Amino acid sequence: MTGHPPKKPPILELRNVGKTYQVKQGLFGKARPLTAVNDVSLSLSRGEVLGLVGESGCGKSTLAKILLGLEAPTTGQVLVDGQEIGDQDRLSLARRIQPIFQDPYSSLNPRKSIFDIVSLPLRVHGIGDRTQWEKQVREILDIVGLPARVMNTYPSQMSGGQRQRVAIARALIMKPEIVICDEPTSALDVSVQSQILNLLGELRREFGLTYLFISHDLAVVEHLASRVAVMYLGRIVEEADVAGLFDHARHPYTQALLQSVLTPEPGLGVPDTQLGMAYPNPIDPPSGCRFHPRCPLATDHCKSHAPRPIRTEQGLVECHLYDPESQMYKNEAA
Amino acid sequence: MEKPLLSVRNLTIDIPVGGGTLHAVRGIDFDLNRGETLCIVGESGSGKSLTSLAVMGLLSKTIRRTADRMDFDGTDLTRATPRTMRALRGARMAMIFQEPMTSLNPAYTIGDQLTEALLLHKPVGREAARARAIELLEKVGITAAESRLSQYPHQLSGGLRQRVMIAMALMCEPELIIADEPTTALDVTIQAQILRLLYDLGREMNMAMILITHDLGVVARVADKVAVMYAGELVETGPAAEVFNMPSHPYTRGLLRCIPLPGKTERGSKLGTIPGIVPSLVGDVQGCAFRTRCSYAEAACHGDIPRQGSGGHAFRCIHEDGNRHFEEAIA
Ligand SMILES: Nc1ncnc2c1ncn2[C@@H]1O[C@H](COP(=O)(O)OP(=O)(O)OP(=O)(O)O)[C@@H](O)[C@H]1O
Ligand SMILES: Nc1ncnc2c1ncn2[C@@H]1O[C@H](COP(=O)(O)OP(=O)(O)O)[C@@H](O)[C@H]1O
Ligand code: SF4
Ligand code: SF4
Ligand SMILES: [Mg+2]
Ligand SMILES: [Mg+2]
Repeated sequence: MTGHPPKKPPILELRNVGKTYQVKQGLFGKARPLTAVNDVSLSLSRGEVLGLVGESGCGKSTLAKILLGLEAPTTGQVLVDGQEIGDQDRLSLARRIQPIFQDPYSSLNPRKSIFDIVSLPLRVHGIGDRTQWEKQVREILDIVGLPARVMNTYPSQMSGGQRQRVAIARALIMKPEIVICDEPTSALDVSVQSQILNLLGELRREFGLTYLFISHDLAVVEHLASRVAVMYLGRIVEEADVAGLFDHARHPYTQALLQSVLTPEPGLGVPDTQLGMAYPNPIDPPSGCRFHPRCPLATDHCKSHAPRPIRTEQGLVECHLYDPESQMYKNEAA
Repeated sequence: MEKPLLSVRNLTIDIPVGGGTLHAVRGIDFDLNRGETLCIVGESGSGKSLTSLAVMGLLSKTIRRTADRMDFDGTDLTRATPRTMRALRGARMAMIFQEPMTSLNPAYTIGDQLTEALLLHKPVGREAARARAIELLEKVGITAAESRLSQYPHQLSGGLRQRVMIAMALMCEPELIIADEPTTALDVTIQAQILRLLYDLGREMNMAMILITHDLGVVARVADKVAVMYAGELVETGPAAEVFNMPSHPYTRGLLRCIPLPGKTERGSKLGTIPGIVPSLVGDVQGCAFRTRCSYAEAACHGDIPRQGSGGHAFRCIHEDGNRHFEEAIA
């Protein structure tokens, strides 16, 4: 699908959000700033799935924590339905936005029964009584494909896929509008991963949920997302609808990421992405365009000048090659 | 015909556990020629790591390993003394683990660890060993290689440590490398770089490689031969192109349907699944271990399962073509 869906008002919006940590290097080192998220503006419309991709350490989880209200941004604003989340209390925010994290092993308390785990949000919010909790837990377990009898078992007695279903049940019992999925299937075997992906797809259609879907598996993001944002060293360097991004990637980093995807096609060999050097240290980000040390198209100009975000109908891209005012601009039509 | 570098027949691994014996690996066969890459693919717990540890002679003492044959270039590994195994591991076969810190010692510099095996097993001096270490660090794409020699493992990022471990495994130019999920914890970009490196070096040094992974994309791109492992058995083996183009065991076909294929699977469509879970391998295991999850299972699947196929492409199923014709008919 290309073209432009009618503009819906964003249910969730980030405006120039930044997060800087002070990190100490070594025991007696002086604290230095690490900018994990750098001036990010993003919006999610109701019912869409925004995929967020990028290398380890680029700031995906930090962004997720800011959206969940678990971390306060250093700069900028987060708005839910046009209202700043600083103004909403934690509990009412939690009712609307729920997380599903990567590791189904450590995100569930091993000493609590499945009933306790799944019903916790209801109890925290003081909704209903024991009989109602049981009824609701039974319902939600059924929705995520778990038999009611697991209520009295413990996480250690379940497989990875079952635990991830429990985590999804816990996230959905409050009937949230937005679900932040941070690598929800990376710890799972492929046969289990596909079940969870199908489930997330069904739940979205059935309940009109909005997802932020973080993953480093680009094939999975392509399958599930309606729009994709690519992050590099704390910045969104490209954003487009799923077809635009996967069929006509523009940013050199996005192109390299896509090249690295190893599809199960024998005979194609392993591509040479020409990315050369490894991911830079976020405490010492490169000058100019932060991608320039690894970019096969970088020029001297890129070393000293940071590109600005260019927004067009195709989406957003942050690279001199697409900035009409830049000396490096190349006319795409040509 | 060339004699295989590594030949394994009826490898069985039993582990005593609380409730009896866990039959973790149940009679597997495979051959590997020089310069060839074999990928073993399977779900977690299927026995991949145990298989590689068994070949390297690194299983713990409580685990029982038996085999009709385990031959490495004329050396019978089933009878090799610990001393012989140590010598082989240092000089002729090497292992790369998923977690680099399992084989890097935090107390020693990168340089000391890289040169140690070479100095021990080959007649080379310090200077030559150092030069080789620098050469290999550069080969695995580490910049400022010389200055890294004096660094300690904790001073490197995960991706760099993984590369150091690969360099370490290559120091003695082994004839066989076993890499157990060497890129699973890494980013796709670094994964592609490291696999490419292993592939290029393998060709250059005519090294044989066993690559263990659960990623079918990796398998398709680097394997000469594929072995699909399920519940301790190799359910399908064959040349990579054949296994991917004509997957015959119902489990292999099921796995391939679970992953979205860019450009092929319709975006947002329902993916294939394999319902159910892997059976327990504690106690007596009979018949096809996949039958609780297989849509073609019938009474005969409880009994002995014949080996089907021809040439190098083989699989275990009661159906002559693993019921592939049936799926092709409805597709
Ligand atoms: N609490 C913290 N204190 C200091 N630095 C932090 C903190 N949390 C994250 N960082 C740093 O911020 C950067 C972004 O981290 P983040 O966890 O968001 O990455 P990510 O994109 O989710 O990576 P991954 O793919 O590995 O999950 C990293 O350099 C990380 O080390
Ligand atoms: N040291 C051990 N003690 C007991 N069980 C083990 C041990 N090592 C492995 N296992 C069991 O053997 C089976 C195969 O394990 P493994 O070879 O590690 O699987 P894979 O590498 O395919 O994920 C699993 O059921 C695992 O739990
Ligand atoms: S601005 Fe320059 S260095 Fe940055 S991505 Fe574009 S071409 Fe590459
Ligand atoms: S032997 Fe039976 S259960 Fe096993 S794969 Fe073949 S049909 Fe399925
Ligand atoms: Mg993260
Ligand atoms: Mg393993």
